[in-house]
Amino acid sequence: MTLTLNAPRIVETRPLLEVHGVSKSYGSVQAVRNVSAHAYPGEVLGIVGESGSGKSTLLRMMNLEEIPEAGSYTLDLPDVSGNLFELDRFARRMLCATKIGIVYQNPHLGLLMKHSSSGNVAERLLVAGERSFATLRQAATEALDASEFPLDRLDAPPIELSGGMQQRVQLAKAIALEPALLLLDEPTTGLDVSVQALVLDTLKRLQQDRQITMVIVSHDLGVIRTLADRVMVMRRGAVVETGLADQIFQDPQHPYTQQLVHAKL
Amino acid sequence: MTQVLEIDGLTKGFSLHHLEKDIAAFKDISFSVAAGEFVLLKGANGAGKSTLLRTLYRSYLPLAGEIRFHSSHGLIDLARAADVDVAHLRRTEISFVTQFLTARPRVSAEAIVTEPLRLAGWDPAAALDAARTALERFGVKPDLWAAYPTTFSGGEQQKVNLARALILPQKLLMLDEPTASLDANARAALVARLQELKDQGTAMIGVFHHPDDVLHLIDRIVDLTPEYTQTGGRDDVVL
Repeated sequence: MTLTLNAPRIVETRPLLEVHGVSKSYGSVQAVRNVSAHAYPGEVLGIVGESGSGKSTLLRMMNLEEIPEAGSYTLDLPDVSGNLFELDRFARRMLCATKIGIVYQNPHLGLLMKHSSSGNVAERLLVAGERSFATLRQAATEALDASEFPLDRLDAPPIELSGGMQQRVQLAKAIALEPALLLLDEPTTGLDVSVQALVLDTLKRLQQDRQITMVIVSHDLGVIRTLADRVMVMRRGAVVETGLADQIFQDPQHPYTQQLVHAKL
Repeated sequence: MTQVLEIDGLTKGFSLHHLEKDIAAFKDISFSVAAGEFVLLKGANGAGKSTLLRTLYRSYLPLAGEIRFHSSHGLIDLARAADVDVAHLRRTEISFVTQFLTARPRVSAEAIVTEPLRLAGWDPAAALDAARTALERFGVKPDLWAAYPTTFSGGEQQKVNLARALILPQKLLMLDEPTASLDANARAALVARLQELKDQGTAMIGVFHHPDDVLHLIDRIVDLTPEYTQTGGRDDVVL
C-alpha cells in the first residue's frame, strides 16, 4: 500500500473549480457515479479514460450543459457563489459566456459553420452584452490571433476551413472573454499529427501566457502527458486514480491505470 | 550545516497487477543532505539509484518512510505532501535533471530553456536573455537557438535539457546520469555550473555512470547495494 497524502500545506489558495459528489444517469445507465474533482488556479487537470468512462459527461457538467442528479459545483471567482447546478437557465448561460470557454472535439457543436469565423467569435461577446461593432471586431481579431488563426481568413466560414483551423476558431471563441476556466473535450482527436502538434503548442502557450485553469478530456495519453499537471483516471463513471501527471504515467497504482499506460504506443 | 533533506526509512516497490507480483526496489534507506553538499548514489545496475531519485521527486510514490524537505515554507514530508504542494515545490525549489529532454513538437530550444524562468514569474525579455546565455555556456550554437530540438542529436538535446534544468538555482537538485551523451566541452560546462550552484548552497544528489566526471564535487557517497547501505567519503569512489 502507498501512503495517504496530506492536505495541501504550502499552496494556500483554494481550488478555482470544485465538483463534489456528482452522479448522472441516462435511463438505466449510470454515466457518472459520485465523482469529485478540483483544479487549482492556473492548473491543467487531465481526465483520461476509455469511451463510456463518463469523462465527457463530467466535462459537460462543468460547462453546465448537463445537470447531475446529485452533487455540487463551485467556482472560486469574484461575484460567483453557491452551487452552480442550482442556477436558472439565464444565469447559467451568462456564467458560461463570461467565465467558461469550451472546445469540443466536433467543431459543429461549438461553431456556426456557415457564419464567418470572426462572427463566430464575436457572438460570444454579444451574448455577454457587448454591442459596439468596432469593439466586437477588434476583440474577435485579437482572440483569433492569439489562437494563431491566419488573419487574412477572418471572414471565411468554418465550413471552408481545415479541421485544425476550425479548432482554432473554437479556441478563439473560448478565450475571447478571457475565461477563468477553459474546458477541452478531445481537442485534437481526429486531427493530423502535425496539426495536432500546432494545436497543442497553442494551448501550451496560452496556458503559460495567461495562466488559464484548464480541464482537458482525452483518450490520447500523449496529449494529456503534454498538457496536464495532474491527471484523473476514470472508468465506468467513477474515478479510479488521481495524481501528478508524471506519477500517473510512471508509477500507476490502479490495475486499470497500469493497463491503460502500458497500452500506449 | 543546514540540512535540506532528511530521508528516513524510505522504501519503494512496485505492484505489477497483470503479473500479480510485487517487485521491491529499495528498502529502508536513510541519509540526509545539507545545503551545498553533493551526494553521489552508488550501486550496481538495478540497485535502485534512479528509482530513489524518482521517488524523491515524487514521480514514484513511496511505500513507507519519510522524505523531510526543509522548504522555504518550513519542513514538509515529500512522501506524503499533496500533489499541488509537490507541483509548487518543483517550480520553485526542487529540480530534477534526467538524461532525456522531453522536447515538445514545435517549441524552440530557447523557449524550452525560458520556461522555468517564465513559471517563476520572470519577464519574457529577461528570461530570453538568460536562456540564450545558458545555451551558449553549454555550447549550443546560436543558429540552433530558435530551432526545434525534436530533430537535434542526442548530445545537442542534452545540452538544451541541462541549460533548462540548471538555469534557476534551486534548493535541491537531483541528477540522473546527466553526462551521458555529452562531449568534453559540455561536460566541463556542466561541472562548472554544478560547482556554481553548489557554492550558492544547492544540495545535490546524483547518479553518474562515470563519477570521475564530477569527482571533485563529491562530498559523500551513499551505496544502495542491498545489505550494504552505508555512506562514505570521496575516497570510496571506484574509478
